[in-house]
Amino acid sequence: MARNSILGVFAKSPIKPLEKHIRLVTKCCNQLPAFFAACAVQDWSTAGKVRSKISKYERDADALKRQIRLELPGGLFMPVDRADLLELLTQQDKIANKAKDIAGRILGRKLVIPETLQASFVTYVARNIDAAEKAADAINELDDLLETGFRGREVALVEKMINQLDAIEDDTDGMQIKLRSELLAIENDLNPVDVMFLYQIIEWIGDLADLAERVGSRLEILLARK
Amino acid sequence: MDILLTHGPMLVIIAGLVGFFMAWGIGANDVANAMGTSVGSKALTIKQAILIAMVFEFAGAYLAGGEVTSTIRKGIIDASYFIDTPELLVFGMISALFAAATWLLIASILGWPVSTTHSIVGAIVGFAAVGVSPDAVEWSKVLGIVGSWIVTPLISGIIAFIIFNSAQKLIFDTDNPLTQAKRYVPIYMFLAGFVLSLVTITKGLKHLGLNIGTGEGFLYAAIVAVLVAFVGKLFINRIQFDENAAKKIHYANVEKVFAILMIVTACAMAFAHGSNDVANAIGPLAAVVSIVGNDGEIAAKSAIAWWILPLGGFGIVAGLALFGHKVIATIGNGITHLTPSRGFAAELAAACTVVIASGTGLPISTTQTLVGAVLGVGMARGIAAINLSVVRNIVVSWVITLPVGAGLSIVFFWGMVAIFT
Repeated sequence: MARNSILGVFAKSPIKPLEKHIRLVTKCCNQLPAFFAACAVQDWSTAGKVRSKISKYERDADALKRQIRLELPGGLFMPVDRADLLELLTQQDKIANKAKDIAGRILGRKLVIPETLQASFVTYVARNIDAAEKAADAINELDDLLETGFRGREVALVEKMINQLDAIEDDTDGMQIKLRSELLAIENDLNPVDVMFLYQIIEWIGDLADLAERVGSRLEILLARK
Repeated sequence: MDILLTHGPMLVIIAGLVGFFMAWGIGANDVANAMGTSVGSKALTIKQAILIAMVFEFAGAYLAGGEVTSTIRKGIIDASYFIDTPELLVFGMISALFAAATWLLIASILGWPVSTTHSIVGAIVGFAAVGVSPDAVEWSKVLGIVGSWIVTPLISGIIAFIIFNSAQKLIFDTDNPLTQAKRYVPIYMFLAGFVLSLVTITKGLKHLGLNIGTGEGFLYAAIVAVLVAFVGKLFINRIQFDENAAKKIHYANVEKVFAILMIVTACAMAFAHGSNDVANAIGPLAAVVSIVGNDGEIAAKSAIAWWILPLGGFGIVAGLALFGHKVIATIGNGITHLTPSRGFAAELAAACTVVIASGTGLPISTTQTLVGAVLGVGMARGIAAINLSVVRNIVVSWVITLPVGAGLSIVFFWGMVAIFT
């Protein structure tokens, strides 16, 4: 009976699920401070629990990603380009994957962050999560963007958010350079293999902000088309 | 001639029953299309939608259904061709009704979106062109009607695009959308009230014995529209706004204002649907009644018998009351991203287009006009996702319905001729 009506014309909106997806992604990232706090005191069982939480959220995000793709067949008439939307989704998902990789790598090696790096490391992680949160804020404007037909003040607001996101990413770049030089200063006292992985972890955490910035630029492209 | 004298009353009763059945089918099925957007955007509950539909479908059918009924009754067929054989016209009209009602029933069971208008026009053309003679059809009129099926969705799409964009400019893209919404939404209510009452007053009230001039018509329509806007404004003032939400998700409050507007446009849509689609059921019936009533003489100008429009109105309401509930319930689920501000633009555009078409006597498809309006809002980037394959289905069903309606009506026509002669 449903096909026999005008409402069959309205397909399921991808916007709410997309917003839900980025919320799952930020949930993933937001576990990282707790994870690193547990690692700092070498409480590996708590860290393991937090990691399995991260991995659960990542799986949920994956499942949602697949569902969104399945429910977005060609032949839909949308205010935004379908390819752009799917690309945005892929970028969002990469953030969650990266968070899971970071936790997995640290736990797998029981990698300890050196005492002298702790303070700047914690702020570095927090700033990268800020970037992910900012990206999520921007994505959460999508339903308001729809309300305003993707133009006008709402677009200006989102563009402002994307600029803020870029600024945060710049910030993390600076912090990364500083953190690496701090590590360089003490690396002779550490196990060389650990040092290698520390560099890698620092880089991966920086990737969180990079990926968040990429979500922002995909969103910008989405808005610019049409 | 003898056939009409001996079987006259029975033919009228048959036509009345089939006409009622057809009206019932229109009420049961088509109304979902007229009310679906309101229920889908959660501006109305199912119960409210049914109540509004009952009142306004009947009002539309009774007050503004006359013009289209005349077109269906005598605009498609060249009556002079039947002067010597009026019984053929009677058989034909009954067959056409029967064919359209049957096709509507089959399509509903199979879940195909069909247009009642297309099936009845196809059926009438079918029996006249094949059963009698191609010359019996007023082809120029038929071409005009078919042309209107392409033009009206286009027009309503353009109107919807303009309405939606105006709402964006005036309300959404401003510093304080809520204040702007409270200010401008009553104006849209005025617009809806004005168009509807103007068409009703100038075109529809003739058969009630009221003849109102154009100037007076404008005045009365304006008065009705002001009343509508005023009552709407009262309701808007009564909404409880969530002040905490106002800061974060300000558009939720704006949509509450639009939900009130949507009640008005839902009434308009039901009225428009009633005014245009009732003719599909009672146009042929009116033809039968007039021929039999005049003892076989095909009167060039005769009023529609007083009981016919209410019969169609009641048929629609009966269909609604019995099945509308179920139909609307099935479709009302799972629509999340159709907010009242989009639904209103589509409904208002479609209702205005349909009512104006009704006023000029053109039988058009309500569903297709509404689809045109929805696409118009989509063009303005207002709807998250429109299923183009469903749109295509609706268009295809429109094309298929014409030959099927025609074919069925030819078969029934030959059957009736065989039985009665």
